[in-house]
Amino acid sequence: MTSNSHLERILERREFAVTSECGPPRGADPEVIRKKGGLLKGYVDAVNVTDNQTSVVRMSSFASCILLKEMGFDPILQMVCRDRNRISLQSDILGAAALGINNILCLTGDHQKFGDHSTAKNVFDMDSIQLIQTVKWMRDDGKFLGGEELKGVPKLFIGAAANPFADPFEIRVPRLAKKVTAGVQFIQTQCIYNMDKFEQWMAMVRDRGLHERVHILAGVTPFKSVGMARYMKNMVPGMDVPDECIERLKGVDKENQAGEGIKICVESIQRLRTIEGVHGVHIMAIEWEEKVPEIVKQVGLHPRPSA
Amino acid sequence: MANRKPLDEIEEMIKGYQKIILVGCNECVTVCAVGGEKEVGILASELKLSRKKDGKEIEIKEVVLERQCDHEYIEQLRPFVDEYEAILSMACGAGIQFVAEKYRGKPVLPVVNTTFLGVTEEQGIWVERCQGCGNCVLDRTGGICPIARCSKSLLNGPCGGSTDGKCEIDKEIDCGWQLIIDRLKELGQLDRYEEITPVKDWTTSRDGGPRKRVREDLKL
Repeated sequence: MTSNSHLERILERREFAVTSECGPPRGADPEVIRKKGGLLKGYVDAVNVTDNQTSVVRMSSFASCILLKEMGFDPILQMVCRDRNRISLQSDILGAAALGINNILCLTGDHQKFGDHSTAKNVFDMDSIQLIQTVKWMRDDGKFLGGEELKGVPKLFIGAAANPFADPFEIRVPRLAKKVTAGVQFIQTQCIYNMDKFEQWMAMVRDRGLHERVHILAGVTPFKSVGMARYMKNMVPGMDVPDECIERLKGVDKENQAGEGIKICVESIQRLRTIEGVHGVHIMAIEWEEKVPEIVKQVGLHPRPSA
Repeated sequence: MANRKPLDEIEEMIKGYQKIILVGCNECVTVCAVGGEKEVGILASELKLSRKKDGKEIEIKEVVLERQCDHEYIEQLRPFVDEYEAILSMACGAGIQFVAEKYRGKPVLPVVNTTFLGVTEEQGIWVERCQGCGNCVLDRTGGICPIARCSKSLLNGPCGGSTDGKCEIDKEIDCGWQLIIDRLKELGQLDRYEEITPVKDWTTSRDGGPRKRVREDLKL
């Protein structure tokens, strides 16, 4: 064990892990986070807290993680490179570890163009791979990037994202290999809808033995409607939504589309569980957290193991 | 590269003046067709015409210097600079400032927005290629700069937003990392992709403060 992470413990015991995520509110009301937390409690092993996702300003991931920690969760602090340089990133890593956050997800971050402050200056002093290296360096070598010794190292379980569907496809596995070399311990993937392509990616991951060096948690997001599926297919960069999904949702009445979306999600998880090297599932029910318990129960992953 | 400011913005800058010098530059701004001899002539006519419409006059002395980034050429303004109220420079930001340093008593105003270091991709199209970071990595990236050509300046790209060879921020922009990977493949160097580039030392870039280069052997 490299940290006190509940998620790391579960993955090390080779139990199939369940994580979900919680998007912080666009305001200072902590009850929003507590309410979302309340919906997930007992159904997940750890909760990601997004870091100003799509570059829309929200309550900080750090503060929201603390609110979830107070509720007994093992939060996963998402950290993007868009808004902070190496001074600020290292400082927040130390602060997070001091307050008992055990997991970090190292991300590059969406470009500010997508958000509500598109005129901002971006930072990108480092990228996600260099952030992984940084956390590992601080934890295992006990040093700052500048070379000075740390007084108290941040015991963090290090995660990152992988998108098996972005282009160019041929470097998607080499890119994962780079993250593994950098020191990543768990991966949460982009939402998977194209199962065949994901299986092809996993086969390539296994060919290189990467599935034995990193825990892969397969990402899923239930569709609320055919409109959402179309939006994800056409508007979200790096998303692969096959036409079958759209046809299937179109084939049911409007009021039954959400239910069909949950059904697709449950079937996906069932298939993902059978893939060698997939050690867990990451359920991103965007502003639909109340559906997570139902999904977890339907796939037979409830109750969750205690510590 | 540079773009000319809109006419109304230029007019607003000079609204209090009746006698100005309009100075073009024969270097980069001529190549990108924004501040050379031809553009000096066009802008002078536009300004005069516009004043005339309002029933007013303006006297404009049109000058084109070889460069605005060297003392000797800027000195050529000296004989007549006192006869005018302001200098309107069509050079890049560096040239404008150098003129302002020399003629401290005169307002020196920018006509162009200086944008980037780039190349003429085809007639009428210029594209960015270099950000002057001061520590070139092109030997490792197939001759394509990740700092200038990736929207996030990632040294270990591409990010998850690369789709069909295009950048997530705009379908018109090539993904810099797709270009790097394609080129590495052509060169038979795709194995280099898995080398991790560590965090960059940005001190050679603007982050190290305003930069200066001294060549003792060339000093007089």
